[in-house]
Amino acid sequence: MPAPAPVSEPLSFQDLILTLQHYWSAQGCLLLQPYDLEVGAGTLHPATVLRALGRRPWRAAYVQPSRRPADGRYGENPNRLQHYYQFQVILKPNPPELQDLYLGSLKAIGLDPAAHDIRFVEDDWENPTVGAWGLGWEVWCDGMEVTQYTYFQGVGGLEVEVVSGELTYGLERLAMYVQGVDNVYDLRFNTAGVRYGEVFLENERQNSAFNFEIADVATLQRQFEDMERDVPRILAGRGPQGQALVLPAYDRALKASHLFNLMDARGAIAVAERQSYIGRIRDLVRACAEAWVAQEAAA
Amino acid sequence: MPDLLIELFSEEIPARMQAQAARDLARLAAERLSAAGLSWEGQDAFCGPRRLTLHVRGLPAATPDLTESLKGPKASAPPQAVEGFLRKTGLTREQLDERDGVLYATVRRSGRPTPAIVAEMLDSVIRSFPWPKSMRSGASTFRWVRPLRRIVALFDGQVVPFEIEGLWAGDLTEGHRFMGEAQGAFPVAGFEDYRARLAERFVLLETQARKARILERAQAVCAARGLELVPDAGLLDEVAGLAEWPTPVLGDMDPSFLDLPPEVIRTSMRTHQKYFAVRRQGETDLAPHFVVVANVEAADGGAEIARGNGRVLSARLSDARYFWDEDRKAGAFERWLDRLKGVTFHARLGTMAERVARLAVLARALAPAVGADPGLAERAARLAKADLASAMVGEFPELQGVMGGYYARMAGEPDAVADAVRDHYRPLGPGDTVPTEPVAVAVALADKLDTLTGFFAIGETPTGSKDPYALRRAALGVIRLVRETGVRLPLRDAISAARQGFGGPAGGAGPSDAPDLEAELRAFFADRLKVMLRDEGRRHDLVDAVFALGDDDLVRIIARVEALDAFLRSEDGANLLAGYRRAANILKAEARKTPAEAPSYDAPVEDGGHGGAPHGGVGAVAPEEAALRQALAAAEPEIRQALEMERLDQALQALAALRPAVDAFFDKVLVNDPDPAVRLNRLRLLSSLRRTASRIADLDRVEG
Repeated sequence: MPAPAPVSEPLSFQDLILTLQHYWSAQGCLLLQPYDLEVGAGTLHPATVLRALGRRPWRAAYVQPSRRPADGRYGENPNRLQHYYQFQVILKPNPPELQDLYLGSLKAIGLDPAAHDIRFVEDDWENPTVGAWGLGWEVWCDGMEVTQYTYFQGVGGLEVEVVSGELTYGLERLAMYVQGVDNVYDLRFNTAGVRYGEVFLENERQNSAFNFEIADVATLQRQFEDMERDVPRILAGRGPQGQALVLPAYDRALKASHLFNLMDARGAIAVAERQSYIGRIRDLVRACAEAWVAQEAAA
Repeated sequence: MPDLLIELFSEEIPARMQAQAARDLARLAAERLSAAGLSWEGQDAFCGPRRLTLHVRGLPAATPDLTESLKGPKASAPPQAVEGFLRKTGLTREQLDERDGVLYATVRRSGRPTPAIVAEMLDSVIRSFPWPKSMRSGASTFRWVRPLRRIVALFDGQVVPFEIEGLWAGDLTEGHRFMGEAQGAFPVAGFEDYRARLAERFVLLETQARKARILERAQAVCAARGLELVPDAGLLDEVAGLAEWPTPVLGDMDPSFLDLPPEVIRTSMRTHQKYFAVRRQGETDLAPHFVVVANVEAADGGAEIARGNGRVLSARLSDARYFWDEDRKAGAFERWLDRLKGVTFHARLGTMAERVARLAVLARALAPAVGADPGLAERAARLAKADLASAMVGEFPELQGVMGGYYARMAGEPDAVADAVRDHYRPLGPGDTVPTEPVAVAVALADKLDTLTGFFAIGETPTGSKDPYALRRAALGVIRLVRETGVRLPLRDAISAARQGFGGPAGGAGPSDAPDLEAELRAFFADRLKVMLRDEGRRHDLVDAVFALGDDDLVRIIARVEALDAFLRSEDGANLLAGYRRAANILKAEARKTPAEAPSYDAPVEDGGHGGAPHGGVGAVAPEEAALRQALAAAEPEIRQALEMERLDQALQALAALRPAVDAFFDKVLVNDPDPAVRLNRLRLLSSLRRTASRIADLDRVEG
């Protein structure tokens, strides 16, 4: 009988990230860094939204800080944060063995599918603000949703030409599970005793107060409208090679999206207005997506 | 005879689609195989998390050879026509037969081998498969519910040559994703081998087998700790589609969560986590445990799985407790009601706040009819929709009403109001009970009548299988509420009361302008009533017969339909109906002959004296005629009186008592007397019979 494998320490938060990066790097993914704008999800990074359009193959993985102002709880809820991390993987076209690759990544971070209950539970994912939708699952590990697994069918309101497989790991949740921790602030950030709370608790307190109480609605509103006006203006401009300026235009659409989330957290969006705001952002993203596709087709 | 085995192996198929997928596969395959001329002994289809399987038993190896006689041109036809026919049939002139001057060709078509037919069937079935939602994968345009990975196609133990989008059929399938020594693909020889090998590899092919395993094991893990499962058939269906080797595990919940309402705990368990709730044996309150149905039998007996799920449940219930605490803060109802001003009920029917205002007026108006205190009914209606703005209902929409009931009680509202808030959505379906407490009945009726009137007024009526606003359920709800509580509510009054809510500044003028609204809604109710009574085994034509009287009191209508049904099943009833029809047919024939005169039969029957003695101007009166007239004269006031007192049984008895007189009349008396005066009088007698019977129902609409 082979000797039992040594019982290893569960991964620290940063080692979890490093492990996933190593794993997906070995699958041919470019390791990108987080996008430098506030976004609500890793999907919104142009490395996913824009690269999912057109026919060119693409494989990338990155951590993306995600801001959800309305989810703030002043650091008092053990599970909810207004700022957290997603690990995002996109493979275009989706390889046939993507499910196996994904399960391999769980093994790599110490979740043995024979000892845990891993399940693929139907979830037709959509993100209405970027006009993206797809079919796939929530992946459950012992009842905990650890990953959103999606085959993109549409992005920016356009049907995709080539389907991408998108994996979004909720890093804090996954780490809490791997480490057996019930409070996110107790997560071991590294192996030298630093806890997640030491790094982020104050951030949750301050930003919750800002999101819910201090953010100035009139300013947000004005900035939203500035961004909204700017997108078509930028798209009408041309770069040195005669190209449409999709990337800076898309940045403004992302800013508009975050401004909307802030106004929402401030309670400034009436229920009846929500759909209209979401539609306005989607229109901005769609304009960028169309310009991107036109550019890809010409390339 | 040989068997066919098909397996379409894919990534995880949504649980809710599986049962229909199995039915569709069986149906589509059968259609195409039989269209190709094949017949078979039996077929079964199966669906589970990763596979869709078809087994056809007793298929022949090929379709039979067919001999067909094709009619051609006349023998005398021009040579071009004959040549064309020869080309078409591939025969020579000598091989044609001539009958009655026409050419015939005898064509033999040899049968086709079954595998070729199966391959065509598969291609067509797979490409046209009616998944509710399907997807593309990679660069392909091919659609399936999730990526299709393998196809097994075996006929008589041999692989059927078949390829679709680069995927070749074979004899390889896979077992459980995680369990068993040998993972990966393995070959199967036929259906029994397939089923047995799957079971060895921890896959139960049949949904029923998975359900049985879940129930048996779940009950066992519960019983071991003195617990029992709270039954939930819908959840059982769902989890049976989520695991190939379903393995119930008992987990523990922090008992401190038991102070949350049990509906919240159960909903949180069910919708988010798909756990079964658990209680102590013989008790009704929930116990601090749950059963999760895992897909693996773990080496540690599921300890790790139970622990992990328990942690997730704690996090979920902590969220629920946060919502519960938020919602119970002072002034919640005022805040929620204020927020409803910003919630659209329907673009053309205003906001939820406007709807609440309508409901309050309507519930107050309906209160006297249902025996409710008008003030309480109005109060309950004002609060009924407030919980839609609460945190808990925001998270769990299915708890609408239930949460409002809790919160109203805590806010100090009287029980009648809190119960009405809780129950006003009911009945939620055919299996649900209806509220009987008067305040709840008033609000429940107002809720449904406002919905029906509003959507009918803007033309959003159900069509075919589409009923997005659940108007059929609302109408059926009204019918059941009225029927089961015996509330007297004339539809006309109810609809017109509901319409008034849309007239004012709140709803705009639009909806109340629709002219035929009342008639349309009454017809809609009649339809629903028909469906309901038909489902109970009553005859729908009787509903028509009763509705035709123009009555719109549902309690009375239902009672009449039921009494009429019983009456017509009796011998007296059946014979009386026959007599009525004879009378009606004679009158109709007369009306066709002399349409202008038809109304005159309604004039009173001339008194021909007693005892059948011949009498002056009216002419001869047969004794049976006189007897019928007398009988009618006696029955008429009796029936009228009985109906006024709503003693339907008495009315029908009086009608039944006419039977001997009616039978004798038709036996002995000829209506078509040569003397026009006699004839006219007899027709009037028949007309009087028809009128009397029609007080109870329009018997012309009774079928059969």
